[in-house]
Amino acid sequence: MKASRFDSTVLTLCFAFLYIPILILIIYSFNASKLVTVWGGFSLEWYRVMWSNEGLMDAAWVTARVGVLSATIGTVLGTLAALALTRYPRFPGRMAFTGMIYAPLVMPEVITGLSLLLLFVAMNVERGFWTVTIAHTTFTMCYVAIIVQSRLVTFDRSLEEAALDLGCPPVKTFFKITLPLILPAIISGWMLAFTLSLDDLVIASFTTGPGATTLPIKIYSQVRLGVTPEINAICTILIGLVTIGVIFTSISTKRAETRRILDEHQAVRAAG
Amino acid sequence: MAETGATSQNNPWRWLVVGVPYLWLLVFFTAPFLIIFKISLSDTAIAMPPYTPTFEGFGAIGDFLSQLDVENYLFLTEDPLYINAYLSSLRMALISTGLLLLIGYPMALAMARAPSTIRPTLLMMVILPFWTSFLIRVYAWIGILKPEGLLTLLLQSIGLFGPDQQVQIFRTDYAVFIGIVYSYLPFMVLPLYSALEKMDNTLLEAASDLGCPPWKAFWKITFPLSLPGVIAGSMICFIPITGEFVIPDLLGGAETLMIGKTLWTEFFGNRDWPLASAVAVLLLLALVVPIVIFQNQQQKVR
Repeated sequence: MKASRFDSTVLTLCFAFLYIPILILIIYSFNASKLVTVWGGFSLEWYRVMWSNEGLMDAAWVTARVGVLSATIGTVLGTLAALALTRYPRFPGRMAFTGMIYAPLVMPEVITGLSLLLLFVAMNVERGFWTVTIAHTTFTMCYVAIIVQSRLVTFDRSLEEAALDLGCPPVKTFFKITLPLILPAIISGWMLAFTLSLDDLVIASFTTGPGATTLPIKIYSQVRLGVTPEINAICTILIGLVTIGVIFTSISTKRAETRRILDEHQAVRAAG
Repeated sequence: MAETGATSQNNPWRWLVVGVPYLWLLVFFTAPFLIIFKISLSDTAIAMPPYTPTFEGFGAIGDFLSQLDVENYLFLTEDPLYINAYLSSLRMALISTGLLLLIGYPMALAMARAPSTIRPTLLMMVILPFWTSFLIRVYAWIGILKPEGLLTLLLQSIGLFGPDQQVQIFRTDYAVFIGIVYSYLPFMVLPLYSALEKMDNTLLEAASDLGCPPWKAFWKITFPLSLPGVIAGSMICFIPITGEFVIPDLLGGAETLMIGKTLWTEFFGNRDWPLASAVAVLLLLALVVPIVIFQNQQQKVR
């Protein structure tokens, strides 16, 4: 009994620590007063100010496009990499390949950013939208690879083998059986890739050029000048979007997990 | 793609599946590192790009070698700023990792001991803040910690602080520690939780049946068995904290020295690209040792 009281105290304190700062930020985004510490009543004024701030809106648009594009390319490349790691136990340079998948995960962002910038300068590429997208694709694909790989490791190969034995061509087997079964992992990989891209300040700062300011760069430059209510407003919207996305994916993953056996049967029938 | 074993050898898809991501990583991950190395050995110039290319074409290797100089590295050892930033980063990362363990371990343990029905919810609650923006989470603390911020207001309203007393931790190392612990807590809790969750409870029951007090059972059984999680969590936190830029920049003061911040200033402030590259190479070398330890540990677990 003593242990469980200790446990609930620890959990309450830790979750309070994790959530209170974010809650305060959300509450104060609806503050009518411009002063951060004075509560001046409920207001949507800062959302209006944010909406009419063209620089901020442009940056949001750039960020959304970079996020969708880099997450999509990163998911395709990451899924291929995961297949390479799980399906082909031997190919030349496999060790180096595994290293290159894991290294970006622990690499300090300043180094990744600086090294990519130096590459773009060496290749004489004009920096902007595409260089940020390439940079984000490079580090997000590694996260996707690891998520999809963990799904592929526990994958039941007998379904694929059954389809192949029944004369289904390998490519069709992949699209009819393998892909639907690993889809939940691919979707959560895409979600993670998109959030990481949305979130990134350091790598984007190094690899961006004129005309491609992302939201984190914009927020960072405003935050350095001090806390402003419209930044609270845009942060609240971002938190809301991410929360909805995470809850949505976790529900759909759970549903997919419980229906998996049913789906596997259906997939075999469809491929046969 | 879905083929197995022997047939995969002559599968044309194999080249696509392996080749495309391989090539991408070679071009956009490995090549940039070689360039960093090269530029760290070249001279600063004011032109754009601000460095003199030391290496022109693949033929002139002799030329290349004769032009290389370790000037930037020598400069780094001469100016105490860099050595201090280097040591200070390691110190900050070490202290933060210790604090993270101190807070994260009881939290992960409490989660692992919670009823299995609420465990997925608790796990979700740890992961959720990890999905929200890093920058936003650091930013949220500015409003709380600054002298006229909410913490001062709270302490004043409960009477601990007089009306003209203010909290003086914003723009100090303490604020950086708070920011780091806050931002990295999920990274520490998740590996610890997964190590503690699969713990065999019958061992603890056996210990208590044999008269072992709970604290001793913890030290003799729970903690040693959770060691892989402790090491994984510490490495996952320690490595990126060492190169951290955003937190020391936004929450720390002028005296907060960290290598990530130094690299940023060298690059964006002083526009000394070769020196920034040399700093990056040294930071990488500092991280090789913990990564190798981590790899070995992982191999042992498997």
